Formats: sequence, C-alpha cells, structure tokens
Amino acid sequence: MLRILAKIQKIGIVTEPLPKIDEPVLQQVGEQLKAKVGELFGGSLAIRQVDAGSCNGCELEINALGNPYYGIERFGVHFVASPRHADMLLVTGPVSRHMEAALKRAYDATPEPKLVIAVGECGACGGEFGVSYASCGAVANVVPVDGVIRGCPPTPLDLMRGILEAIGKFQAKRP
Amino acid sequence: MSAAWIDTLLGRLAARDVHLREEPAPGLAPARLFTAKTDDWGALAHETRNLECRWVAGFGEDAGDYILMNTVFEKDGAYLVARTQVKRAMPFLPSHTPYYPGADRPERHIQDMLGVAFTNHPDPRRWTRHQAWRDADCPLRKDFPVAGRMTGPTPPDDTYKFLYAQGAGVYEIPVGPIHAGTIEPGHFRFQAVGETVLNLEEHLGYTHKGIEKIAEGRDADGLARLASRVSGDSTVAHAWAACMAMERAAGIDVPARALYLRAIMSERERVANHLGDIGMVLNDVAFTFGFYQFSRLREDWQRLSREALGHRFMMDRVVPGGVAANLTDQMAIAMQAQIAAMRPEIENLMGIADDTASVEDRLVTTGYLAPETAKAYGALGYVGKASGHGFDARRNAPYAPYDQLHVEVPVYQYGDVAARVKVRAQEVLISFGLLDKLLTSLPDSPLRANWKTPAAGAEGLGIVESWRGEIVTYVRFGADGKIARFFPRDPSWTTWQGLEKCIRDNIVPDFPVCNKSINGSYSGHDL
Repeated sequence: MLRILAKIQKIGIVTEPLPKIDEPVLQQVGEQLKAKVGELFGGSLAIRQVDAGSCNGCELEINALGNPYYGIERFGVHFVASPRHADMLLVTGPVSRHMEAALKRAYDATPEPKLVIAVGECGACGGEFGVSYASCGAVANVVPVDGVIRGCPPTPLDLMRGILEAIGKFQAKRP
Repeated sequence: MSAAWIDTLLGRLAARDVHLREEPAPGLAPARLFTAKTDDWGALAHETRNLECRWVAGFGEDAGDYILMNTVFEKDGAYLVARTQVKRAMPFLPSHTPYYPGADRPERHIQDMLGVAFTNHPDPRRWTRHQAWRDADCPLRKDFPVAGRMTGPTPPDDTYKFLYAQGAGVYEIPVGPIHAGTIEPGHFRFQAVGETVLNLEEHLGYTHKGIEKIAEGRDADGLARLASRVSGDSTVAHAWAACMAMERAAGIDVPARALYLRAIMSERERVANHLGDIGMVLNDVAFTFGFYQFSRLREDWQRLSREALGHRFMMDRVVPGGVAANLTDQMAIAMQAQIAAMRPEIENLMGIADDTASVEDRLVTTGYLAPETAKAYGALGYVGKASGHGFDARRNAPYAPYDQLHVEVPVYQYGDVAARVKVRAQEVLISFGLLDKLLTSLPDSPLRANWKTPAAGAEGLGIVESWRGEIVTYVRFGADGKIARFFPRDPSWTTWQGLEKCIRDNIVPDFPVCNKSINGSYSGHDL
C-alpha cells in the first residue's frame, strides 16, 4: 500500500494541457466542452460507443480519452453500457453488413436527442473499405448522422473537439 | 531453423503411397512448396500431425476450372506450403480438422467464401457468412461481383445454431454483438449454472468487411494501405507482412535502414499494446491504480511515436519497398531516453501488482489454458507462450533485421491470466532491449527501393511476428502488377478457440479479464 501511495505521490497529476506537439490547449477544448455539456445536458453527456465494423484503431483512441492525460469524465462526458442511457452514439465504421441490423437496433433504442457522430475516415465515408457485398460504407448510409470526426484514426484531441462541435450544432438546431 | 523434418515427412508419406511434388516457388521462400493429390490431403495432415508440425494457415484461390487450396505447416522454424486443386464443379476436399482442431474455423471460412466442402469436417456450420450473402454465393469466386447480389437492408443473423445445454439450473447468457465497453463487436453465448460457466461458444464475423475481395485489383501501395487496416492495433505488423509478401513476389531487396525502421516501429507497436492491455487487465479486476499508471505510460509512448514518426499508431509508415518515415538522430536519442526512464517504472509497477493480494487472487489460476489445448489450436504469441509454446518468428524463423539480433522468449506452463500478463510485461522489457540495439546501430541507406512490377502469377509469403504472434500473409499478383489474391492470417485465428476453452469452470464475472488477457482481434479474424 505504501508503495502505491508513494507512486501516486511521485507521479502527481499528469492530467495536463500541453501535448508537446503544437496542438491547441487540451484544457481549453475541455473547458468549452464542460460548459456546453453543463448548459445542454445538465452537466452530464452520456455516450454509447458502437463499433459497427471498424479495424479497432478508432476504439483505441476513444479508449485513450479515459487515460489520465485526457480524463474526459472531468468535463462531464461519460461512456455508458446501454444505448437506452445514452444522449449520443459515437459510431465507428465502415458499417459492415453483418452489423447493419445491430446498429439500427442500437439507434432505435437510444432516447432523444439521439445525437449520432460518425467517427474516423471509414465512419465518415467508408474509408479504405467503401461499399461492397460486405460493407455499407459510411455510417450515414445506415442511420442519420449529426456530426463527423475525420482522421485515421482521429486523435483523442480530435475526438474531444468533434464531440464539442456536434453538441454546438445541436444547440444551434434547437428551437 | 531446420528443414530436416520435411524429408522425414516425404518418406513417411511415400510409405503410404502418397507422393508430394516439390515445385519452384521463389516468392514463397524460405518456405518450400509441394503439390499433392486431392485424395491425399487428409493423409498429409495425418502425417504432419504425427510429426508434430504446426498447422499454420489455410487459404484457397479461385483459378477458373479449379480452386487452389493451400495449407501452411511449420516445424523447427521451417515452413512448408502444401497445395492441391479441387474441381470447381465438384469442390470436395478431405478436412484437416480431425487432425488439427485449429483448422476448424479456417476451413469453415474457406467453405463460406469459396464454396469448398470439407468432407469429414466435424462441424459444417457456416462461420464467416451471416446474412449478407446467400448460401449458394461464394464471395471469393471471381464471378461474384464485389458489390454483391443482395439488395436492401441486411437481416439480423438470428438463425445460427448454437450448442445448447439442458438441465436444472442451466441458463444461457447471450452477449453481443455490441458489448458493454468500447470494444469490437462479436457474439458470445454462455451456458452457466449459478456463476459457473459450463460452456462458451463464440459467433464471430460481425466485422467482416470483405478485405480479401476488395484487395483484388489494387496496386502494391493500395494493398499496403488496406493491410494497414486489417487490424488497426497491429497496423505496422500487418503492413510489414503484406509488404514482405509483395517484395518477395517482386524480388525486391529492402534497404537496410528501412528494415531497421520497420523493426523499430514493430517493437514500438508491441510495447504500446502490451502496456495498454496490462492496464486493462488490471482494470478488469478493479485495480484502477494499475490501469491509470499503465494507460499513462501507453499515452507517453504513443505521443513519442507521433512526434518521431508522424502517427500515434505509425499507420501507413510501412510501404512496398521500404518505409515512409525517417528517424532523426535527435528522436532516436529521445526514444532511448524514454526507454531508460520507463524500464524502472514498469519493474516497479509490476512489483506493486505482484504484491497486491486482490490482484493475485483474481489473476492466478483464472482462465487456465492447458498446454495441450494451446498446442491443438496452434496458439501463438503471449497466449501460446503462457501455455508452454514459445514459437516466435523473430527467433524461430528470423527475418531481417531479427536475424542479426538475439530475441529472448519468455515461456511459462501455468497457462492462466497471470502468466499471460507476465509474458507481456517481460516482452515489453525485452522489446526495450531490442529497441536499444536497433536505435544505436541504425544503418544509413535509402528508405525505399524502387518498385518493380512482378510478373503475372508471381506469389509471395510474408511472415512477421506481431505483438499478438505470427502473421502469415499470402499475396499473388495478376496482370499489370495488380493484386489477384491477398490472405493475411492474423494470429487471433489461433487464440479465439482458446478463449472458449479457458473460460470453462470459471465464474461469469471473470470473463472480461480472461477475454482481455487473450485479446483476440475481431477485425483481423473476421476479415
């Protein structure tokens, strides 16, 4: 136990705003995200991630949002196990034909506002896989899409920006 | 490496009046190609099994009136490709599954994709095919259009015949295809009594994207991009295996610096995945301290990959003829400094995990995969190594630059989750050592050889040790340097069946940690 505490004390809090490569400040994107989530979703945005046929690259970067550098939960964003608990579906593609029905069912099970973000080049446009006997291509070919996050795969920061952008658009759309 | 067993095999087969013929196949070298008669296909597997050869991969190819069928075997680091022809009009072939349980799903994949019937296969159910194409259709036949023949929405696959169990208190738990976390889709069907798992049956194929079909007609660069996305977590290794196959088919020598950079990227990929997964295993047993520490290290590692090589996963950095990224001296020094800083951290963290009773309680004896079961499926990578089988292509069948390096391979007999975690932690430290050597002796040379269009029909085999284990990739070129056949065998084919077996008699709540400790690729398997 003492060694665990010593390690925690030595490492301190690594959650921080400065990726070395010249990226805009994570903290800034995060604070905007937090403000928007606070304003539009009562401080808590629930996301159900659906892998509809991806190569697993996007999933690794979505998982990275939970590491201590990004710590996306501190901005009010959390991932839930059921679409019934979700405000937003984060869908990676291409949508394989074998996942078509499952994705539609997840979409149907999601309550309003049911925001859908297509993640990655494949989710956005089919990517390297396109449309074939086995692939429906872009997520938008299967369920309505509100936003797109490009990249192969998009970095964790791209993902945070994309989520922020999508809920910004949702706000603009509201009556 | 020793190919002496091949002569023994030929002798034993000849005693059964089975004669194989060796064919010239420069692109497959160092593997040797032998053709066999269709009727002798079963006897071949019987004798290779008796010689304790490993069943490595099986794949077919539509060649007009015939379907060419291949099986790759390995023993003592020497590979043999066996080939036979089945008539398109009467596509029957003796199964290898009675001798090698690991051939079960690969043969069913061939059945679904090419319409070859395996005559004495114990389980003729479909495997890769759900409802996206009809039983009578075979997507890998050349007359099947890439767009398919089905129109409208694809129905859900609710007619797959799972095994079932009966009796007082037996119940079923269907899980997936969409799982509770941010992971790939697949279906797991559990039969359980109370908390104890009686049986698990997997139903995969949900991420089938037609990779083998859409590879056809691509040029070499296009195939490398596709191979990079067979399984995104193994992008470097899959791209390397595909490029190695294409380079051997084309007779291209890759410059020395490019080979070193490929190995550096491949070891970095291994370290990133092992770090992430050790954290995830610890998370699955509620040791969140470990999860945060290892996910922090993984993030540090990926950030340097991006800074030095331009991409967090180093995707599309391995290209036909070489690499599409260089490493500055400054970045090579930064990598060495990172290794020097991380090595004691990992030793310290593994020490803490080892001393934590709650972690030990959940990992030790959990998800036991017996060495004989691992052998039956030809289990590769850390799954095989934790169950007594230490095959590692970098050591047992070394390719450049590993032929210049000493690769240590950790092997345990315990076969449990704890052993798989231990292998992975040790592999991280071994990779650090390899990276140190590669970084200090990085040769100067061009980064990429000029591409030469291979002759129509040229074929190549690429064999690379990914972080999950050996990848075997077959490529054949058609006319104009366009791909005619691409089959990448991800190591996950050899470990998914192990997951079914290792979870028996464990409690249902231990499934996530067992699954994570094996971490098969869905995408790499479903193709």
